[in-house]
Amino acid sequence: MALDSKTPKGPLKDKWTSYKNNIDLVNPANKRNIDVIVVGTGLAGGSAAATLAELGYNVKAFAYQDSPRRAHSIAAQGGINAAKNYQGDGDSSYRLFYDTVKGGDYRSREANVHRLAEVSANIIDQCVAQGVPFARDYGGMLDNRSFGGVLVSRTFYAKGQTGQQLLLGAYSAMNRQIARGKIEMFNRHEMLDVVKVDGKARGIIARNLITGEIERHSAHAVVIATGGYGNVYFLSTNAMGSNATAAWKIHKKGAHFANPCYTQIHPTCIPRSGDYQSKLTLMSESLRNDGRIWVPKSMDDVMAIREGRKSPTELTENERDYYLERRYPAFGNLVPRDVASRAAKERCDAGYGVNKTGEAVYLDFKSAIDRYGKEQAKLKGINNPSEDKTYELGQAIVEAKYGNLFQMYNKIVDEDPYKTPMMIYPATHYTMGGVWVDYNLMTTVDGLYCIGEANFSDHGANRLGASALMQGLADGYFVLPYTIGDYLSKDIRTGKIPTDTKEFDEAEKEVTERINFFVNNNGSKSVDYFHKKLGKIMWEKVGMARNEKGLKEAMAEIKAVREDFWKEVKVPGTADEMNPELEKAGRVADFLELGELFAKDALNRNESCGGHFREESVELDGLQKGEAKRDDVNYAYVAAWEYKGEPADAVLHKEQLEFNDIELKQRSYK
Amino acid sequence: MNLTLKIWRQKDANDKGQMVDYNVTDISEHMSFLEMMDVLNEQLINTGDEPVAFDHDCREGICGMCSMYINGEAHGPDRNVTTCQLHMRMFKDGDTITIEPFRATAFPVIKDLVVDRTSFERIQQAGGFISVNTSGNTQDGNAIPIPKKDADDAMDAATCIGCGACVASCKNSSAMLFVGAKVSQYALLPQGRVEATERVQNMVAQMDLEGFGNCTNTGACEIECPKGISLENIARMNTEFMKASLKG
Repeated sequence: MALDSKTPKGPLKDKWTSYKNNIDLVNPANKRNIDVIVVGTGLAGGSAAATLAELGYNVKAFAYQDSPRRAHSIAAQGGINAAKNYQGDGDSSYRLFYDTVKGGDYRSREANVHRLAEVSANIIDQCVAQGVPFARDYGGMLDNRSFGGVLVSRTFYAKGQTGQQLLLGAYSAMNRQIARGKIEMFNRHEMLDVVKVDGKARGIIARNLITGEIERHSAHAVVIATGGYGNVYFLSTNAMGSNATAAWKIHKKGAHFANPCYTQIHPTCIPRSGDYQSKLTLMSESLRNDGRIWVPKSMDDVMAIREGRKSPTELTENERDYYLERRYPAFGNLVPRDVASRAAKERCDAGYGVNKTGEAVYLDFKSAIDRYGKEQAKLKGINNPSEDKTYELGQAIVEAKYGNLFQMYNKIVDEDPYKTPMMIYPATHYTMGGVWVDYNLMTTVDGLYCIGEANFSDHGANRLGASALMQGLADGYFVLPYTIGDYLSKDIRTGKIPTDTKEFDEAEKEVTERINFFVNNNGSKSVDYFHKKLGKIMWEKVGMARNEKGLKEAMAEIKAVREDFWKEVKVPGTADEMNPELEKAGRVADFLELGELFAKDALNRNESCGGHFREESVELDGLQKGEAKRDDVNYAYVAAWEYKGEPADAVLHKEQLEFNDIELKQRSYK
Repeated sequence: MNLTLKIWRQKDANDKGQMVDYNVTDISEHMSFLEMMDVLNEQLINTGDEPVAFDHDCREGICGMCSMYINGEAHGPDRNVTTCQLHMRMFKDGDTITIEPFRATAFPVIKDLVVDRTSFERIQQAGGFISVNTSGNTQDGNAIPIPKKDADDAMDAATCIGCGACVASCKNSSAMLFVGAKVSQYALLPQGRVEATERVQNMVAQMDLEGFGNCTNTGACEIECPKGISLENIARMNTEFMKASLKG
């Protein structure tokens, strides 16, 4: 079956407008008779639930946390992009579209990205109207900052807590609808399967995480907004509960899963400190605007630092290797995330890592503090300031810009980053791959939609900073409410979907059997034991750099871990109570399948693009020697996988990507 | 380091509950408090006991899910951090650490250290929003200039993560810092002024209905708040409430 993206015809810039003008609508009286389920209440799910309820649909929303406000969108720090051109620096919808497609290494669908750029400006207006306290300048106007990889200043922010404030905005819109009874909110509930009737998604099976009760919920359409699958690595910047279960369950029921190998490894995270580590903490990419990244040039210095005989501040400029500035003189420390991450790995693999685990590089603010200090001294009319005075003045500026991040680093690492350089190392952060959707954001199952990070469509092989929040809210506020209406307009005569049917019986039986298996298995190893094993394989063989041999090994090893899991997993407690270990067991079981498909996809894609780096596909000579080599002739397609039982048996469907409005170029940062 | 933990165990909402002693060994000072709890739970699973249930999610101090009362303080002895950011270097070898759930009538225990904070949800639903549709057909974001100071103050109030530490720290189990922060965020912004009267009245009424107590101006909430939300927000809410009452 060929994949049909259902992209509207016509010029790129008119597609979305003419699409909206020509779709079928549901009249207000009929909306009252239509139910929609939204699973996940982060930026995408929360904004979709609120908007659909406002339009008049009956919405049932589900979150595994005790409140929609706690979804992991809340952790995004830096900001949200929008083509407002408030700075008059030449920004436009087209430029935002162009930057996003280029940043994604030409592996995203043009029409979707253009639509995203078109609606971006409206997101800011909407959020301001909701009371989101964006940063303002002294004239009372909205402030902007710039972000990696682009030439304009289009990022709106609310201190270092933009994700939190945007989510609280969507959450307040939800609250208004919950109060009206238009959203029925199910907190502490987890979706465990989707129910299909006559090929259409008509409901879900969910578990009440407090009582353990298995519940049936029906609707005319189901929207999945459950975020990414970064926790397949065990250690990531995702929340502990972030999981792929909803996405994976719908995959098993017929939704194709696209480009699982596209994962973003973020360069500026706090390094791991020991085996007990439960998660990794990200520090905003904005730090690279002022920090310089380096490792020592000589192995002797590396050893001396690791053993505590030497402090990094004792090394002279000549003894330091500012490897990003050396390798990429044009962009220096501001190369895109994937490039910065791979370069750190390259140095650490060569043995130059600066902490005990050998997996850390320095991010140094000394130069920035000096530079700002001198500037301030001049501004304040201080002639020949002492070194201490310059430092004091400069530190104040750095503190104003990054104070909360420095404090967070200090709390976690117990070192003062104003005095000694920060240590950083890349960590899994975001997954560009996800459930395949068409232009309507519908999966390959009728009536089943997927939005936000959980789908694959907008970021290609690499996501630009401050674009995740934009996509989540665009999908939820402005795109899905139109596209889903077109589908639901054919459902106005259907009436309420009953839950006492054989389809619900079967889905519930499957879910119950699996839960009973876990609590009765009495194996010998905890869920975390298996999750850590999977994470180690993923990180070592399907991490920042991948090759054929490693990927084949990874597929076999993951399969072996999965088989062992189903024999030996131990889940204490019972099914009919709050049981966090039982929740984890179900999620890890799904990761153990997803991980193998991930490796299979990486094996299939024998090119390097964006976050996916194949060691076999590098430039062999010239200026770009050793850099990633994309293969547009053979791989300019979306790899959408159809479930066929074992992950290794998944069948590949290709959606060929066409670029009519943009020229494919090599990304060069030299 | 080696530690003795005294932890509140309670099977479900109907169980009476009790403190139970546990020992953990070889705890690194670099661990977060919750990683120490992970070590304990792994140990309990391996010996066939039931692990301790506790709320947690982002583990970077922003989701507001974690909620332990450690040695008599919400989120433990460190300042301006949540439990997930509390590190074991705050303790020393041989310490005994008491760990309880957040306690308040309006926060009933669900299991062990997990409490039900949906009373906060209902307060927000009573008025913690601006009644604007999400159609995108609003005016331009720059149409109303907002003085930087107001925007910054609104932001400071809006940083509340809704964890409930203020309630757990208050001898009256008052939620006024939480409600005050939300009322303040909207009171400081022109967009929120339109509904200011109903908002403060409805939110305060719901707060009382949920069984939260009144403010005594002790200020423990401000000290224990992981985000440093200021008592000024309570004063602002009281002013708003007075103004609303006079309007009738």
